[in-house]
Order: sequence, then structure tokens, then C-alpha cells
Amino acid sequence: MSAVTSDRPRRSPAGLRALRSLGRAILGNRKAMVGAILLAICVVMAAIPGLIAPGDPNAEVFMPGQGPSAQNWLGTTSYGQDIFAQFVWGARQSLIIAVVAGLFSTLLSALIGVTAGYLGGMADGLLSMLTDVFLVIPAFPLVIVLAAYSKGGGNLMIIAVLVLTGWSYGARQLRAQVLSLRHREFLTAAKLRGERNWRIITHEILPNMVSLLVANFLGASVYAILTAAGLQFVGLGNVNTNSWGTMLYWAQNNEALQSGIPLWAVVPGLGIAGLGGAFALLNYAFDEISNPVLKPVRRRKARLTAQGKAP
Amino acid sequence: MSETILEVSDLVVEYTTSTEPARAVDHVSFSLARGEFLGIVGESGCGKSTMLFAIAQLLSPPAQLVSGSVIFKGRNMVELSGSALRALRWRDYSVVMQSAMNALNPVKTVAAQFEDAMRAHGQKDRAAIRARSREVMALVSIDAVHLRSFPHQLSGGMRQRVMIAMALLLSPDLIVMDEPTSALDVVAQRSLMVQIKELQRKLGFAIIFVTHDMSLVGHFSDRLAVMYAGKIVEMGPTRPLFAAPQHPYTRGLLDSFPSIHGPKVALSGIPGAPPDLTAMPSGCRFRPRCSAVMPRCAEIEPDLYPSGETRSRCLLFDRRAA
Amino acid sequence: MRYILRRLGFFLVTLWAAMTVNFFLPRLMPGNPAMAMMARFHGRLNGDSLHAMEVAFGVNSGESLIAQYFSYLGNSFTGQFGRSLTFFPQTVSHVVFSALPWTLGLVGVTTIIAFILGTLIGMVGGWRRGGLFDSILPPLFIILSAFPYFWIGLLSILIFSISLGWLPTGFGYTNGTVASLSWGFAWDVIRHAVLPAATIVVTSIGGWILTMRNNMIMTLNEDYVRMARAKGVSSARIMFDYAGRNAILPNLSGFGMSLGLVVSGAILVEYVFSYPGVGYMMLQAVLNEDFPLMQALFLFLTLAVLLAILVVDGVTVLLDPRTRGRT
Repeated sequence: MSAVTSDRPRRSPAGLRALRSLGRAILGNRKAMVGAILLAICVVMAAIPGLIAPGDPNAEVFMPGQGPSAQNWLGTTSYGQDIFAQFVWGARQSLIIAVVAGLFSTLLSALIGVTAGYLGGMADGLLSMLTDVFLVIPAFPLVIVLAAYSKGGGNLMIIAVLVLTGWSYGARQLRAQVLSLRHREFLTAAKLRGERNWRIITHEILPNMVSLLVANFLGASVYAILTAAGLQFVGLGNVNTNSWGTMLYWAQNNEALQSGIPLWAVVPGLGIAGLGGAFALLNYAFDEISNPVLKPVRRRKARLTAQGKAP
Repeated sequence: MSETILEVSDLVVEYTTSTEPARAVDHVSFSLARGEFLGIVGESGCGKSTMLFAIAQLLSPPAQLVSGSVIFKGRNMVELSGSALRALRWRDYSVVMQSAMNALNPVKTVAAQFEDAMRAHGQKDRAAIRARSREVMALVSIDAVHLRSFPHQLSGGMRQRVMIAMALLLSPDLIVMDEPTSALDVVAQRSLMVQIKELQRKLGFAIIFVTHDMSLVGHFSDRLAVMYAGKIVEMGPTRPLFAAPQHPYTRGLLDSFPSIHGPKVALSGIPGAPPDLTAMPSGCRFRPRCSAVMPRCAEIEPDLYPSGETRSRCLLFDRRAA
Repeated sequence: MRYILRRLGFFLVTLWAAMTVNFFLPRLMPGNPAMAMMARFHGRLNGDSLHAMEVAFGVNSGESLIAQYFSYLGNSFTGQFGRSLTFFPQTVSHVVFSALPWTLGLVGVTTIIAFILGTLIGMVGGWRRGGLFDSILPPLFIILSAFPYFWIGLLSILIFSISLGWLPTGFGYTNGTVASLSWGFAWDVIRHAVLPAATIVVTSIGGWILTMRNNMIMTLNEDYVRMARAKGVSSARIMFDYAGRNAILPNLSGFGMSLGLVVSGAILVEYVFSYPGVGYMMLQAVLNEDFPLMQALFLFLTLAVLLAILVVDGVTVLLDPRTRGRT
């Protein structure tokens, strides 16, 4: 009885509409706001560390092992470096690793997941098997093994190792999504119109998967941050670089906790937690935005009137 | 004249959204007599299912019953809660939902779900529970061996009938049904309706039957109510309403169905689409799509006026404006 | 039945993949790290152990690659991994099995506790909408779950060990005491396990609570929950029997997926607390370039994850009749 509605989902023109509604969504959601602010702080620290904490963060010019003071807001390390400066300068590496690893991880997931879901048959079977194997093999031990053999590797090695171990979860999700989309009528219509496979993938399927891709990117970034920190903490990264994970390594090696300069260990951990938390909050809020049922419920008192008569 | 077992007055149900609340049921009132079959029809989104769940006190956020009363067998259900409401549930009225696949717990057997209902009302004797389960399965012509099945092991038609059997467990006075035939093919639909009508004749319960398929319910109901955008726009006994629909909307609906016999007639639909519940047109809500619209329709919201054997919400029948 | 066979097949493939990774990685990496390592064993090994290491790392072996590969697979299945560098002259298998009970005790038990507790809390949290549980606690738990496991471990050492002196700073038991089956020793072990256990529970529980809460909310919208309300079933029964039992299913499969994270967290927690479990051994092996031990532990951890997934699968089949196949 109602008008026939087409099965075709709406697409945003050039992403501009999507960006605007994204902005609105973030402002309306408290979790997203907090996450965005945390992320912004990290980005600022990563972009202009020289303005916030001028000078060389590795300069060992201060009295070692001091607590917070007017000169060193967070105290000094066992080597006489300013902890605050180390912290600010460390943001860049941690952020870059997180974002780059997250990005490439998502790309790889998309490549394998979408191809598997779309092609089906043998190709799907093989790719799925590959995905599942990588999914089940515990990531961190694999990461450790890879890092151990390629010793002395820097951030590039860490990123590569993270991508190699982190793509499988997303690939599975994306494949499932593609499978559910594959049989929708608008795809059959596109095929009948004569669109070629790659065009179908990029113009019809991918726009519908944007939300899942974003969620994947955020999740992969959280994984990247935590795992990179873990790797650097045990000394498998390049311990001479400036990042929060390596800060923790040096702090642990110099028994920061026992020597009365706990901030050396506490502060970079907070940084990692903050950055990871930012991505995680954004992810959760994103979930809520695309699925409003999950939003916190505000109860309204129902106004009950006495019985009335039918008009 | 049968006694009235259900009196719905001025019911209002709203959905909270991130902006304005959307009023899905807007001051609906009607009554139901014992053993009566009332059909409620309307387009998707007109509020009929929401109203049904409001009556059955089964709304969940973001839907909220904002005002109005539902007097069932002398008690206002809206004011009941907790154990008083639970005692009424299933024993005095029960519910049949649209998709049995979704309405049956996938991890429990049919027998276990029957048992749940009976235990919740104090029936503890396992033998009695089993006996009654077999009884209701027989009523809907399903072999009792399927009591041990899980929902996914039954066919679609069987699942619907299992739901109906479950609704009959405690011999309620009223069964509300939300589009129970929509998920079935045409043949299964008809056979299910025949079975429902037969059970009603035998056991004497009243039925509120919500559907978008007017022609289906029109063969079986005693009275019909047509809903549009949260309000009842026409209500009355089925035969006269079908034979001579008064409200322009009802006319449009019935005109959309081709007749099997008679001369070939060009099909006419109803232009436009139902209004946004958060941005209703002023005056009569059907006005933008109405073929008989008058200037007055934008200013005055019509009440239900008598229109022959039915009542219609249309200014055409407003005798006061001569 | 076919389902179980397929799963077993998959597990064998995964195990094989892990072994293959172990086999090819040292051969592919630049600088042939295995050579250097083998040199440190020079003259101290012979017989089976020597042969096991040779085929594992492809050093000094006159055999072809294929022959080495199959020898390696055979050795792995019979548990011959050679000797450990760090704990020379103990065999790798011996080291692994002596570390195993510590990890099972600590990580195994706490993970299960965190899962059950988290699921229950999440179930109740999803059931009661509105209020604290809905608005403040979820973001709190999100942030908590973003804290690196090991950092929480460090913090707890700082607070409870160094500042307050309540609990020991590390290791499985007090250095110097002899392991025995006495209450005294058992108490010592428990004291040493409290902080690591608490760390694991605190960081992992957040994730379970959140996912279960979300699942619960989605499940509560299902028609069969509404149906249960309509039947007059009591709230508690609906929460457990109708909503809970269905909401937990995706959580269970998620549990299997997240075991990798659990393992990683456990490794780092053991490291921070110097807890003599499998994870701690693995990191020691890496830092000492004790590749035989490292490889064996990697295989072992993979096996552990696979077994855990198998158990979870079994539980899923128990709880979800739809997975039992067509009758």
C-alpha cells in the first residue's frame, strides 16, 4: 500500500555530508568528546613538541633522580633528563606507530576480507583459512618471535610486525559484512547494468562499509598502541628512540619505582592509556552512534491521566 | 449485547528521539466486547503495532506510554505493575507476534517455553503441565512429538501455530495478534486464519488482530479500525466498512485492491507518503494526500464523526458545520 | 559431529602453520641469527638434542630442506626441542613443563574468573538501563581496558609492594625457600600471586563487562524477550534464561578470539612480576637469544590457545542448540 521504496542505501556525496554529520555526532556524544579531546592533546604534543617543551629531551643536563620541581615539572630520570620533555617528545612516535599500523592493518583487512567475501568459492575458502589461522595464532608471541629474529629493528619493524598480526580480526568482520551485502538487490542491479567487478567493489560495496572500516581502524590502533608499548617495554624495539614505550623500558631497567622516581614509569603509562583510551572511546561512541539502542537511557516520568471517554 | 472486556481511552504513546518525541499513538480510544474479533489495519508505521504493545503493556524504551488508560476486565492496566501485572499476563490475555522465529527463544525447546508460562502462574505439577501442553498442540493440529523440538527445527507455518498454541495455554479472554500471518505464504495465511477463527468459535476469546493486509482480515473480523499516522480514521462493523468505506483514506485503500470479479478497472493508489511523526501537517493529517480536501482541513483537526454505519475522522461528516 | 571434525582439522592446520613459521623464520631472517646461536652451543651438545636443533635451524645439516622439515615436524610432535641456552643443560621440554603450572594457575584461573565475573556484571548492567551503570561505568571501563596490562602491574607494585609493603614485589615464591606441599608454601605462593592476578582481572574484566552489556541490550530488544515478559515470567528468570543465555553466545566466541590478547597481557604481567610462568620464560628466551626455548614456547602457546578455543566451542555447542546440526 505504501509507495515502493528502492533497496539502494544512501551514499554521501564526496564525504562532505558524512564529515558534517560526524562532527555533529561527536559533539552530541560525551564519550566521543572526551576521546576526541584526548586525541587532540596527543596530536598537539606530537606536532609541536618543540613549542611545549623546548630543547633536546635527551639532554642529560639536570640533577638525576629528582622529584617534581619548578624547573622539571615531572622530575628527572636517573640520567638527568627532564621527564616532562621526554613525555611530550615521546608522543610523536607513539602516535605515528598507532596511526600508521592501524591504517595499514585496516587496509590489509579490507583487501583480504572484501576479496574473500566478494569472490566466494575457492578463493574465499583459502583466504578464510588464512585469516582464521592468523587469527588463532596468538599475536604477541608471534610478534615477539618476529621481533627477536630481526633484532635491532626500529619503528618500521614494529609497524610491520603489528600489521602482520593485527589484520586478521578485521578481515573476518569485513568478510562477514560483504557476504551480507553481496546478495542485496542493488548489487544485482549494478551487475545487470554492466558495471565491472572492481567498480562494484569500490562504488557500491565500500561506501556501505565505511562505518565498519572506521571501527576497524580505531580498534586496530588501540591494538597497535598497546602491543607496541609492550614490545618497546621489554626492549625489542629500538631503545634509543624517544617513545613512551621506550621510556618505560629505561624506567624499568633503572628500577624507577624502587628508586623513588616513580613518575618516570607512571607518566608514559598514562600517556599510552590516554591515547589508547581516546581511540577506544571514539570506537565505543561510534558504536553508539550507529546503533542508538546502546545509548544510555534517560527515563521520563509517564503522565497517567484518569480515564476519558471516547470522542 | 456482549459485555465490554476492554476499554482503551485516550491512549498516547511516544518515542523519544534525539530531537522531538515522535507520537506514534495519538489519543486512540476504542472498546472491545467479549468474543469479538477486532481488526486494526493501516500502512507500515501508522502506529498499530505500537498501540498493540501499549495495550499489552509490553513497550520498551525508547517507546513510552505517556497518557491514557487501558481498562481490561475492570482494572486499569496502565496503573498495574510488578506481580499484579504478571498475574494477569497470559492468564487473562496473551500475545501472538509476527515472526515466530524471533518470538521463540532459540535455545529452549517448545515444551520448556510452554512450561515457563505455566510455572509463572503457579502451575507446578509436571504431569499437568505436560497434559496441557499436549492439549494445546492438538488444538492447533501439531503432533505432540514436536514439543521436544527447538524452534529452528520447525517449519514457518508450524512455528506460527506453536505460538498460537502457546497463547491458548491458560485459556485467556483476549489474544492480541501482531501481524501473525505476514511471514507466511498466501495458502498458509488462509489456513492459519481459518484455524484462528475456528478456535475463537470454540473457546470464545476476543481477538485484536493487527495487520496491513486489509482484505485478509476483512473476511474474518467482526469490526475493523483503520489507523493512519497514529489516529483511528475510520471504525465500524466489517461488512458495511468494506461495502461502503466513508473516509477518503479507507476508500483509497480499498480501491488499491483489484477485484477478482467485475470489470477491469484501472488501479489507483494513494499519492504521497505517510507524514513524518515529528512534523505532522496542521489540521487533518491525511490532508496532503486526500482527493476530497477542503480549505477547512488545514485548520481544524477532525474528531470521529458518525458516517453511516461507521465512524470517520473527516470533516466531510462534521454535521455541525453545515 | 562433522562440525567437530572440521574444527579439529582446522586446529591441526593451525598447529602445522605455527610449526612451519618456526621452521622458516630463522632461515629467512637476514644475518642468519641461528648460526650465531648455535656457535654458543659449540661442543656442548650431542645426540638427539643436537640433531633436533640442527633440523630446527638448518645448521650443520647435510640433509635437504625437505628432509630437515619433516625431521623437524617429527621432533616437534614427540616433544624434542633440544636444550635451552638459558637453563643449560636442561631440555627445552623440561623448562616448558616446569613453567606450565605457574601460568595455568595464574593466568588460567584469573582469566576464567574475569570472564565469568565480567559476564555476570555485564548481564546485570545491561538489564538495568539508566543510572550509573549506563552512563558512567562504561566509559570508565573503556579507559581502564586501554591501560597497558604491565603498567597496571607496575602501579600495583608501586602502591601495594613498595609504598604499603603488603605484598611481595615479584617471583612465584620467596627466593630460597624450597617448594613443598605444605600450607606454608602454599600461602607463600598465594601471596605472590595476588598482585599479578589482580592486575589481570582488573584490566581484562572491563572488556567482558562492556561486550556483555552491549549484547544484553541487543538481546533485550529481541521479540522472544518481549514474549517472555508477555507470558508473565519473572524478571530474574528472563534475565538469565531468555536474555542471558542468548547474549552470552557472541561473548563466548569473542572469548576465543580474544585469547591472543589474554596471552599477550599474561606474558607482560609475568615479566613485570618476574613470575616464573611460560610468558616470563618466553621473554627470557628472547632476551638471551635462546631460540630453541623461544620456538617451543611459541608452539606451546599456540597449542594452549587452540585447546582453549576447543573448550569454548564445546561449551557453545552445549548452550546453543542451533550448532548441534540438523536432526
